[in-house]
Amino acid sequence: MSTTLFDKVWDSHVIRKIKDGPDVFFIDRHLIHEVTSPVAFLGLKSRNNTVIYPERTFATADHNTPTINQHLPVEDPLSANQLKALEENSAEWGIPHWGLGHAKNGIVHVVGPENGITLPGATIVCGDSHTSTHGAFGAIAFGIGTSEVEMVLSSQCIMQPKPKKMRININGELGLGVTPKDVALFIISKLTTSGATGYFVEYAGDVFRNMTMEGRMTVCNLSIEMGARGGIIAPDKKTFNYIKGRLFTPKGDAWNTAMKYWETLSTDEDAVFDKELSFNSSEIEPMITYGTNPGMGTGISKTIPNAEEIDGGVATYKKSLNYMGFNEGDSMIGKPVDYVFLGSCTNGRIEDFRAFASIVKGRKKAANITAWLVPGSHVVEAAIKEEGLLAIFTEAGFELREPGCSACLAMNDDKVPAGKLAVSTSNRNFEGRQGPGSRTLLASPLVAAATAVTGVVTDPRTLL
Amino acid sequence: MAYDKFEILKSTAVPLPIENVDTDQIIPARFLKATERKGFGDNLFRDWRYNPDNTLKEEFVLNNPIYKGGILVGGKNFGSGSSREHAAWAVYDYGFRCVVSSFFADIFRGNCLNIGVLPVQVSAEFLEKIYKAIEADPTTELEINLQNQTITLLVSDEKESFDINDYKKENMLNGYDDIDYLTKMKEEIKDFASKRPF
Ligand code: SF4
Repeated sequence: MSTTLFDKVWDSHVIRKIKDGPDVFFIDRHLIHEVTSPVAFLGLKSRNNTVIYPERTFATADHNTPTINQHLPVEDPLSANQLKALEENSAEWGIPHWGLGHAKNGIVHVVGPENGITLPGATIVCGDSHTSTHGAFGAIAFGIGTSEVEMVLSSQCIMQPKPKKMRININGELGLGVTPKDVALFIISKLTTSGATGYFVEYAGDVFRNMTMEGRMTVCNLSIEMGARGGIIAPDKKTFNYIKGRLFTPKGDAWNTAMKYWETLSTDEDAVFDKELSFNSSEIEPMITYGTNPGMGTGISKTIPNAEEIDGGVATYKKSLNYMGFNEGDSMIGKPVDYVFLGSCTNGRIEDFRAFASIVKGRKKAANITAWLVPGSHVVEAAIKEEGLLAIFTEAGFELREPGCSACLAMNDDKVPAGKLAVSTSNRNFEGRQGPGSRTLLASPLVAAATAVTGVVTDPRTLL
Repeated sequence: MAYDKFEILKSTAVPLPIENVDTDQIIPARFLKATERKGFGDNLFRDWRYNPDNTLKEEFVLNNPIYKGGILVGGKNFGSGSSREHAAWAVYDYGFRCVVSSFFADIFRGNCLNIGVLPVQVSAEFLEKIYKAIEADPTTELEINLQNQTITLLVSDEKESFDINDYKKENMLNGYDDIDYLTKMKEEIKDFASKRPF
């Protein structure tokens, strides 16, 4: 029978099927960080359980770490306490741990792929919803809650009903200034934030084929924002080249065996999905959000839709625009901005910094803009320096910070003040996501860069 | 952590007729810094409940003493956003054992079931009826019967049934969780793991 890529990977990890219940689902690789793991370790202890396979779990500190002066002790006692808990729990159970200052440290979804933790055909979970990022490699990867973190620690399994399958096809070429972030924001704006709830999404077609691994990660990362459990893209030469030789990638014979398996990982031609959608690349322009969920996005040259054009509650829509301080029919271009954030597991990879540099090169940061440029990991940071991007940033009046989640979720010191407007390359524009009362416009690194040098929302195509 | 059994819950309910309530509203990230699971109820809907100077926002429903009870009735797509189980903990810790909505985000629903909060999905029409009934009389009661999988608006005896899979239902009725189940499967799991290619 013809099957999908998703079925192949899912079914090969089911240990037991419970009638009218979830599957007992085996997890190959488990990523943990300081925020969602401490309570799981407490639970483990209170039940007298042990970590069954410490070598399948990997720890990094990222959510509440500062992004300057990382060599100094963390000031906030609560954050320091969580970081300490992660370090101690990892040491106690023999889990590899990349804490603050470690050369491998960075955002969990950036360091996973960088170090060959992320592999095609693997199942990967983490107590963070953007675990969907790793689907870019043909893995099944998704976010879990703390109870499930405890399950994986103690049994290497979770109990999950199998999601339904959706395929999103986009063919054609992307226009000037249109990035993977725009593709994802475009899809979410079409599906809304709940349009893919209950589904696992395979991305197919030229647009995803032609993307770099970084671009595929950005797209899969944002799958969760349309409600999907995760996204997946069939592995190909690009994927194999990317992972080859990395720290935890299988080597020698193990590589050859794995390759034989990996080459079988694609959707059979006549496989059937529960839902299939197609778009054309020519429909997509650089995108920006105007509301308080990632589905409230539009092409940057367009105006904010009227409540009647939206399917969903009018009151909720108006409440959202009211929070943003925007009106129906407003043009996005030209809105004055206070903060620009380049970073997060969505757009904190080397390619994103290259894109940002391509616009700010030879220009100057606008005086009204506070900019945070935060690499996703030390490896990204090193590449920024090596490729000469740092010099471009400095010349243009920007500073580079140290790696971490930073202003993506404002658990650390990088908070956008109340009422201020930020153009952000991260993934969520919920009320207060970047700090109490902050207002967020999600966009690509190119839009962020164009805005950073002009001080107002700017279409990057005018500067390319 | 095991939780109390859930059989029948008869209670007044707190209405929150807003769509797409995301987990950042349920519990903002800055309150996720605990290393123990306690006290999250205090920060449930923190930024909707309190002004920046920590005074109460009178207009928010949780600050209105006429609404109380163990059931929270939310709008469509409740719990979207992050995977933080803290959102479900906050709901539980505040005193809700059940959330009613016409649609739930996936991870939030799963997290609720894992910690003993029952997500009850009803039709959009029934949700409207509940809101109307509470609006007419805040002391109106709902009855949730897990065994029969029904939710009843007691004032009019209108009833709807809801879905839950048998496995999760058994767990909730008995106060078990998945970890109890998996612990009994260790040998089977080890056997499976030994055959994985990586
Ligand atoms: S960057 Fe944001 S979304 Fe990504 S792991 Fe950190 S907090 Fe989560």
